[in-house]
Amino acid sequence: MAYQLLKFALGGEYKEPRFFRDCQTPKKSYDAVIIGGGGHGLAAAYYLAKDHGMTNVAVLEKGYIGGGNTGRNTTIVRSNYLTPDGVNFYDASVKLFEGLSTELDINLFYTNRGHFTLAHTESAMRTMRWRAEVNKHVGVNSRVVGTDEIAKACPQMDLSCSGKAPIQGALYHQPGSIARHDAVAWGYARGADSMGVEIFQNTEVQSIDVKDGQVQGVHTSRGYISTGKVLSAVAGFTPRITEMVGLKTPIVIHPLQACVTEPMKPWLDTILVSGSLHVYVSQSSRGELVMGSSLDPYEVHSTRSTFDFVEGLTSHIVDMFPFLSNVKVVRQWGGMADITPDFAPIMGKTPIKGFYLDAGWGTWGFKATPISGKTMAYTMANDKAHDLIHSFRMSRFEEYELTGEKGAASVGH
Amino acid sequence: MKLLNCPMNGVRPLSEFLFGGEFREMPNPDTSGDLEWASYVHYRNNAPCIKKEWWYHSPSGTWFIAERNTLSDEVLATYLYGKAPVAAKTTKPRAKKEQSA
Repeated sequence: MAYQLLKFALGGEYKEPRFFRDCQTPKKSYDAVIIGGGGHGLAAAYYLAKDHGMTNVAVLEKGYIGGGNTGRNTTIVRSNYLTPDGVNFYDASVKLFEGLSTELDINLFYTNRGHFTLAHTESAMRTMRWRAEVNKHVGVNSRVVGTDEIAKACPQMDLSCSGKAPIQGALYHQPGSIARHDAVAWGYARGADSMGVEIFQNTEVQSIDVKDGQVQGVHTSRGYISTGKVLSAVAGFTPRITEMVGLKTPIVIHPLQACVTEPMKPWLDTILVSGSLHVYVSQSSRGELVMGSSLDPYEVHSTRSTFDFVEGLTSHIVDMFPFLSNVKVVRQWGGMADITPDFAPIMGKTPIKGFYLDAGWGTWGFKATPISGKTMAYTMANDKAHDLIHSFRMSRFEEYELTGEKGAASVGH
Repeated sequence: MKLLNCPMNGVRPLSEFLFGGEFREMPNPDTSGDLEWASYVHYRNNAPCIKKEWWYHSPSGTWFIAERNTLSDEVLATYLYGKAPVAAKTTKPRAKKEQSA
């Protein structure tokens, strides 16, 4: 062993296996170009190659893969939404997530924790009952539980929340899970790359060439690429991409912030969410508490984080867990959330032929990574929206057919 | 703490203010078509730029206009609706400028 190590050290050549090829020069043309190398874009590339045999595909990423909202969320996967369309869609995603470590041959640390959405008021309890019934109706495991069951699952919590907002009950969603988010991007990247998809990092899209209402190609920092199909999967950067093709959307960008504490021994098994206190918290496999809050109150196109945020969030966390008052916050960060008026995504075809949109992911994007990749790949390959995303179509705003998805994270009830 | 200059009350902490969205001209509901109206109701001018926005100082109930750079979060001017803009001096954030995308 020592000899092997010495030989390796003196060998001077450290061959780390790469997850995907280090592509530098794009070809002149591709069958499809995906803008955005986050979970969604890479998943779409993976399923384009795997399900539809389209391997002549380029993924263009301005920074590094998984460095945007894929690496900035609080890693929660669940399907206890409010509208049947939302529940069906996210349930399909949870099912894909459950087999994903095996499929991608990478340990996603996908752990099933159980998910409590705490209700502090009678009206919040009403929403929980409503969500539980919708969930049961479409076969998703959710039910309303009382304080005794919450206390049993999380005996460390002060159920009166320091007397400020006593907990009345909760919506319990057994399939609620957490996963290592960057591994999802890396796993999809490796899978897509092994089938021939080319991934370009540090490659910025500067403009999109559209002629007679049909996409012709994209101008990038690595030159012009001609293609008939472009998918925009760029979350908080969506307005900058849609502006290039002159598309109007209802998306507004708000920063969404999160933070983690120093690592502790495992004590919090479940995922806890409180709409009234604007808090969601879980303990990562490394022992840190991963905590998030509600959206920043006004539009900013920046990933800056603020002191106001940590101050507000931690005061609510201490209301729930007084014993955490001495625990330190070690990192905080922000992401740009692309919020839609009905808290549902915008997916599918657009008025521009060959330009597909996977956007409006606000605070609910990570959990949808596999299913959005799968449905967008279908939509691009067939030039026809997948049935599961019909109600997320872009034209719903002009048709006044909004979905009203109030089960989204950080949305008050 | 971030500050904002209320045209009626002077410089106040941002926590006293509410964001009212972008200042937009309403099309005439009697003459505009369904598409134009839907566009007004739902669609937004959402790429980063300098924007005219409604802000509200809640303790005094004052609605006013702020011109703000939505990329760097710098407020350039605040003024009452219908009045001429006055350049803001005290509201520059300390944070360094964000790089553009």
